[in-house]
Amino acid sequence: MAAVLETVGLEKHFGGLTAVAGLSLKIEKGARHALIGPNGAGKTTVINLLTGVLRPSSGRILLEGEDITSLESYRRVRRGLARTFQINQLFLDLTPLETIGLAISERMGLGAQWWRVVGSNPVVVEEIVEILARFHLTDAMYERTGNLPYGKQRLLEIALAIACRPRVLLLDEPAAGVPDDERHEILATVAALPADATVLLIEHDMDIVFSFADRISVLVNGALFVDGPPEEVARDPRVKAVYLGESLDA
Amino acid sequence: MSSSVEDQVAHHLAARARWRPLEYVFWLAAVASVFLLPGRHLILTEIAWLALFALSLDLILGYAGIISLGHAAFFGVGSYAGALLAKYGIVNEPVLALLVSGLCAAVLGFGTSFLVLRGSDLTRLMVTLGVALIMREIANQIPQLTGGADGLQGVTVAPILGMFDFDIFGHVSYVYCLTVLFVFFVLARRIVYSPFGLSLRAIKGNSLRASSIGISVNARLVAVYTLAAFYAGVAGALLAQTTAFASLDVFSFERSADLLLVLIIGGTGYLYGGLIGAVIFKLMQDWIANLTPQYWQFWIGLVLVLIVLVGRDRFGSWTGGVRALAVRMLRRLSGASAPVPVPPGEGR
Amino acid sequence: MLTILFDGIAYGMLLFVLACGLSVTLGLMNFVNLAHGSFAMAGGYITLVLVNRAGVPFFAGLPIAFIVTALIGALFERTLYVHVYNKSHLDQVLFTIGLVFMSVAAVDYVMGSQQVFIQIPSVLQGRFEIFGIGVGRYRLLIIAVCGLLTVGLQLILSSTRFGSRLRASVDDARVARGLGINVNAVFTLTFAFGSGLAGLGGALGAEILGLDPTFPLKYMVYFLIVVTVGGTSSITGPFVASLLIGVADVAGKYYVPKFGAFVIYTIMIIVLLLRPQGLFARATGK
Repeated sequence: MAAVLETVGLEKHFGGLTAVAGLSLKIEKGARHALIGPNGAGKTTVINLLTGVLRPSSGRILLEGEDITSLESYRRVRRGLARTFQINQLFLDLTPLETIGLAISERMGLGAQWWRVVGSNPVVVEEIVEILARFHLTDAMYERTGNLPYGKQRLLEIALAIACRPRVLLLDEPAAGVPDDERHEILATVAALPADATVLLIEHDMDIVFSFADRISVLVNGALFVDGPPEEVARDPRVKAVYLGESLDA
Repeated sequence: MSSSVEDQVAHHLAARARWRPLEYVFWLAAVASVFLLPGRHLILTEIAWLALFALSLDLILGYAGIISLGHAAFFGVGSYAGALLAKYGIVNEPVLALLVSGLCAAVLGFGTSFLVLRGSDLTRLMVTLGVALIMREIANQIPQLTGGADGLQGVTVAPILGMFDFDIFGHVSYVYCLTVLFVFFVLARRIVYSPFGLSLRAIKGNSLRASSIGISVNARLVAVYTLAAFYAGVAGALLAQTTAFASLDVFSFERSADLLLVLIIGGTGYLYGGLIGAVIFKLMQDWIANLTPQYWQFWIGLVLVLIVLVGRDRFGSWTGGVRALAVRMLRRLSGASAPVPVPPGEGR
Repeated sequence: MLTILFDGIAYGMLLFVLACGLSVTLGLMNFVNLAHGSFAMAGGYITLVLVNRAGVPFFAGLPIAFIVTALIGALFERTLYVHVYNKSHLDQVLFTIGLVFMSVAAVDYVMGSQQVFIQIPSVLQGRFEIFGIGVGRYRLLIIAVCGLLTVGLQLILSSTRFGSRLRASVDDARVARGLGINVNAVFTLTFAFGSGLAGLGGALGAEILGLDPTFPLKYMVYFLIVVTVGGTSSITGPFVASLLIGVADVAGKYYVPKFGAFVIYTIMIIVLLLRPQGLFARATGK
């Protein structure tokens, strides 16, 4: 089966520190793929490499078979690769309405228009309303984002990536920092993602991982440690050892 | 049910971009000043081109978040271009010359835009300062063209559109500058309420996230920087045309610094800040200069220090409070009951 | 040509003494102090008054300039600057520009706007030849004094307790506080010391750079260039940068007088393009 997102020998060094070592990861189309590993394993670095925020020291990244290694961040988004951030990266002075509207206009190629007034395109407005409703943000849509409670901001964080209609979605710890009583909304959203979208999920919460993923990759010290279906990974004693910190031949 | 939400949203967005009553008041007052204050047209002319200059800085500072200590570079290019075009009769008609001068400044803006794309605020300060100083030095080193330290003499400006000759009382100058200001203001207003303008505000707020949703951040910044340079160049050309003179101080650091003060006084990010700031600054400068002609820079410095100490936010909220008060008074006068939409990026 | 080199080195070392206070302040407190030149100007004028009017010997005037300017710096830091530390860079820039304008106008009012000259003792006047190099006595003094200061600074930083506290505070103020270092006192002392050095530089430099009320504005760019090119995380960075700029400026103005002034602006822009954090800064520096 063709991999929709693939890394080939991906490496990232920061001075003397190797953050990612020879990573060859394959993510299948339509997969619900989880990337797990102990703290400092390099998971967010991998996302940053995939999205172009960081340049790899060596190796290649392929999106739907095309080499995107030297492509700038924003071009990768236009090719269908979107992400969320572990710590909310939002436009605090904009409203959710403006934020989602911005992503949709950009996606439709209307972003550079300087003559039309924002909101004069009914197709865009329709989609903004639909997405905001889907993420339960309708009642907050005129509020300044910075004034919203954290849970709503987190929903907006994910909604913003969804608004880009990505073919591949990278979620970096979507439930991080969200109070327990608001978590279920996040999780329901993640579970309700369209079936044809490919999702790579970084998570620490094993309940979420095992209920969501159909394939799990374990990253340790920047290298791929174990890679397989959830049952396999769960049974693997080496994985348990890595998380519990028992000594191991690497 | 959902279609009414869509209608509500569309209505909300359209209402935001619509001209507010207070804006009409502002421009009516400006037009009225043409007829009601004929004795003050000279200073009003200065206020007009200074307002345009401040507007250009607001585009990059208030909307795109680029700090510049050298915006005078573009003002100066426009100024010398305007003066030279008139002096050597290259482009005689002032309005046309205005546009050409703006274009010259825009070329410099485009050429130096890549310098402000990367780096921290401090880097941008340094680089923009450096560019302005280089321009000043260039102008200083070619006195055969620029007149050097004495300034460019012997400039005569042809009548506007072949019909309106400049007079010594500043009547024609003021109407000219006010019209130019209005036209460019309307254009800028259109731009900031467009998807492009929204993307600028997003870039200013979080450029990392902006590129993560597919915005080509650098391209947008280059575009707005070039546009701002064009506007500044036009403002400079207005100065040259209304005074028939150009000198090295159009490039000076003091000019860039004073411009920052103008914009800060009025508030950034809502377009009128530059205009209001220009009025207040010029009146303040005029008043102080009458008291202490030689040392007025001291008081300008003191104002800067005080504004920062008090806090730009608090200062902005005072002016915002005055605006809100004015809006409430207007509504009571007109008997309207519709809610007043909030302008984006309120005075930050 | 070696004379040019000698003059350039003297100029560069003078720039270093003037600018290193700014570099440390920027690196330590992440504070952009465009008014640094005002302290230099203050030192120059204080020495002028002492030497020309009060008859204090030149060599005594220099350390007095240092001390008085340092005291002024400490005063300003505690009363004014401390309120602006946490504000944005734009606010800091506006604030310090305001201080520059005020100081320029104030000095103009008190001392007049003409350029002034400090009476140099005759032992420092003139030049002599060594191996064909024209060595100006005054410039020799500058190199000697600035050289000693540089070595002294490096020693203080690396070998004293204050030096380690300072380096810790520069590295990470929060952690330094957590270790019990009185970071505020470090800030005040460092700011005062940096301002004092600027004052000393202003006094020394009056002869070469020219002293008038517009000094802070004229030389602001030079200090900023030194700091930008040299980075803010060491002494050696600004030192080498100052020498580079000093030599480049003197040589540029001598060999290509038309374009001499552009040389340093161009260097600055090129450096900023290639390495926005300065030539010598650590990768993790601000």
